[in-house]
Amino acid sequence: MPFPIPDLGLLLFVGLCGLIIGSAFMVVTSPNLVHSAVSLLFTLFGIAAIYIYLYADFIAATQVVIYVGGILVLIIFGVMLTNKIDNATITSKTHNQIPGIVFSALLLMMQLYAIFNTNWLVNENPPIDNTIMEIGKLLLGKYLLPFEVVSILLLAALIGAAMLSRKKAE
Amino acid sequence: MNYLEPYLILSSILFSMGIYAVITRKNAVAILMGIELILNSCNINFVAFNRFGNFSTLDGHVFTMFVIVLAAAEAAVALAIIINLFKNIGTVDVDQAKEMKG
Repeated sequence: MPFPIPDLGLLLFVGLCGLIIGSAFMVVTSPNLVHSAVSLLFTLFGIAAIYIYLYADFIAATQVVIYVGGILVLIIFGVMLTNKIDNATITSKTHNQIPGIVFSALLLMMQLYAIFNTNWLVNENPPIDNTIMEIGKLLLGKYLLPFEVVSILLLAALIGAAMLSRKKAE
Repeated sequence: MNYLEPYLILSSILFSMGIYAVITRKNAVAILMGIELILNSCNINFVAFNRFGNFSTLDGHVFTMFVIVLAAAEAAVALAIIINLFKNIGTVDVDQAKEMKG
């Protein structure tokens, strides 16, 4: 008797969504800030997997390299540097839970209403095999000016961050 | 998963959680984590619409890369500001930064 094989892709997608939402819930509610930062790691990895479901391989790699490797390390540095060393556990309680829950639930309801009441024009494009080549053509063709502007902005942000956080010269 | 809606629902849930973190947290680093969640939900939307909309190019991927670059710049500057705040007033509780309050 053949065993009914469930759709493995669907199962994996549901599991990923559960991982992302559960760890995002830990991020926003955990009283221990280090636990929040580590949960953010799982959220970002899950989102990288979601990009792979959407045939965005280069974006998934960028997500892992920049978010997980860069921004998350920066955030953990921030958690460590902005607390007294003798504190064993770094805590940050949540405040105003009731207005927060009401406001964010209201926003979620509005978005779900919009999602379910819109007739989305979905057409299944054949996935593009070579996304890196297409992205490179777009970056150095149609989006050349925004690309240069964003690189100047990144340079300015780096210089500004270094200037803000250095010691004042006497 | 060849439907658009699950991705949109996932990203709207992430967005609401980020808004909840921004409202309820008082630690500036925790607020920064909420903002990262919001930016990630926006990125999911860009890539999902690029996959299922009526496009033959990858403009949504390019937008997503710009958002990631801006998030990196924002995180660097925000952490520099937060560390300065900690040096000046000894805490990162955003309610304690009230010297400019009239």
